[in-house]
Amino acid sequence: MGVKMKRIVIALLLVLTAVVGLAGCKKSNTPTIYVYNWGEYIDPEVIKMFEKETGIKVKYDDFVQNEDMYPVIQTGSAKYDVVCPSDYMIQKMIKEDLLQEINYDNVPNISNIDPTYLKSAEEFDPGNKYSVPYCWGTVGILYNKSMIKADIDSWGALFDKDFMKANGYDGKVLMIDSVRDALGIALVYLGYSLNSTNPAELEEAKNLLKDQFPMVDAYVVDQVRDKMIGGENPIGVIYSGEAIYTQRENPDLEYVVPKEGSNIWIDGWVIPKNAPNKEYAEKWIDFMCRPDIALKNFEYITYSTPNSAAREMIEDVDIKNSTIAFPDSSILERCKTFHYLGEEVETLYLNKWNEVKSN
Amino acid sequence: MKSRKWLSFPYIIWMAIFIIIPLLMVIYYGITTKSGTFTFDNLALIADPINRTALWLSIKLSVVSTLICLVLAYPLALILNNMKLKNNSFIVLIFILPMWMNFLLRTIAWQNILENTGVLNTILKFLHLPTLELINTPSAIVFGMVYNFLPFMILPIYNVLIKISDDTINAARDLGANYFQTFLKIILPLSFPGIISGITMVFVPSLTTFVISTILGGSKVVLIGNVIEQQFKMINNWHTGSGLSLVLMVFILISMAILAKYDKEAEGKSVW
Repeated sequence: MGVKMKRIVIALLLVLTAVVGLAGCKKSNTPTIYVYNWGEYIDPEVIKMFEKETGIKVKYDDFVQNEDMYPVIQTGSAKYDVVCPSDYMIQKMIKEDLLQEINYDNVPNISNIDPTYLKSAEEFDPGNKYSVPYCWGTVGILYNKSMIKADIDSWGALFDKDFMKANGYDGKVLMIDSVRDALGIALVYLGYSLNSTNPAELEEAKNLLKDQFPMVDAYVVDQVRDKMIGGENPIGVIYSGEAIYTQRENPDLEYVVPKEGSNIWIDGWVIPKNAPNKEYAEKWIDFMCRPDIALKNFEYITYSTPNSAAREMIEDVDIKNSTIAFPDSSILERCKTFHYLGEEVETLYLNKWNEVKSN
Repeated sequence: MKSRKWLSFPYIIWMAIFIIIPLLMVIYYGITTKSGTFTFDNLALIADPINRTALWLSIKLSVVSTLICLVLAYPLALILNNMKLKNNSFIVLIFILPMWMNFLLRTIAWQNILENTGVLNTILKFLHLPTLELINTPSAIVFGMVYNFLPFMILPIYNVLIKISDDTINAARDLGANYFQTFLKIILPLSFPGIISGITMVFVPSLTTFVISTILGGSKVVLIGNVIEQQFKMINNWHTGSGLSLVLMVFILISMAILAKYDKEAEGKSVW
């Protein structure tokens, strides 16, 4: 009886604590902002500074890719004040009426953002009504100068078999494992728009990628960094922000945005329709646009900042004038953002991509 | 005894929330379209050439890795059993120890071992042996599956073997059976339940994996798990993803039913 009783009491206590624990998650009175951002995409120090200066507590969650974030906001299963999706996703969310307009009276620091990027952002957010650029970058080729002697300036370096064989890296290419990026590269190389919805053009792009398949060692996203730094592969497709990091680790690596053009992506802060506290969200966005804060974030995550005042403050001249972090306008003119193409076309893209891989 | 039944209540609630309800949701999504109407189209997509190839490749690779696991695990379990260690929690510890580390980390470690400039090839080069091109091939995936799931084969077989009474084996010997006869007619049939649960526990996760093929296959080898993952993560199509998962579940159920049938027959034999 004694032992049995004890067990029952323990079990009861366990259930009780669980129930109390859950009930304890009720909202308290301290002002709180709910932030939803990419992983490793902010200097943690910045969050603490925000809390200290405004007295608003920050509840910070992160996501791995846009597609993980989207259903959370769409179903409203968790409410966030401020979120940081990419261009095409912002466009999709605007279209589906998931966002609310930002009141720029509360965001005076917007003046620090370079108008060039605000203009680029208009491609997906006309009038800059819903989003404020946070980070941006390009997609390009990273190659190892000690392993490939030829100069590389074209996507052809990833598609031209004779060129690859002549330089001895056929079968060693690291291609990007992302539907839009991979097909986008092929489309641009063929001279089409990277937002093409034309089935014939997509078919051509698919055939090009299918041809490329035997030349590819692996389809990767994050792993490209380690493989390139370690010299496992001589060439690969990479995001510009990662390129700066890999160059630091291995000076033989060179990053180019091919002459045919490429993708420029912009991640921006947006406020969901169901945000519990819009006022805090605008405070947060304004804080992120402050030059010292933007600089701190840039130094921590190494992705390019659209904040011209922050760029002026960069002490390291090499970085300040880095053509990777801040390519000149002639390169940027050749780069386009991704647009949201609608469900049907996205499915078509995925099917084409799967056909490429099921060789 | 009756009064304690309610103690299982938290577990039943747990199961309902995290197993039964999600399963029902998968079924619901699997047989509906985005507008909510009933359809079998999601299930029929398995016949699509790309998906069919992926499923077939998954089945092939998981059968191969299950067989390799069995061939490696059975003798090992026999040897461990013959050691008659007093403290057999030690054995369990040895095989569970690597599992204390995260599955993902261990798979990434294998990537570093198998790479062309990786640990294995560096050693081979040092010994002036020909290097191997393993990474980003189906063999690398089989490697990863065998490594990750081997303990799930060893432990059930070992658990069954230690339960076989020495008296049974001695009786067989007394009646004139030699070592091989004892093994074939006594030990093997009696250990059949362990083999069956081992096979299930290796085959099922191998069939559904998408992490191993991404990391060790360089995403060049597309398995059915990857196809399903893409439906959910890349184009946010839960309906097709769930439909394909349902088909996969059917395959698993069929393979388990076949095994269960053999299991019963084997038990029948062991009684004889």
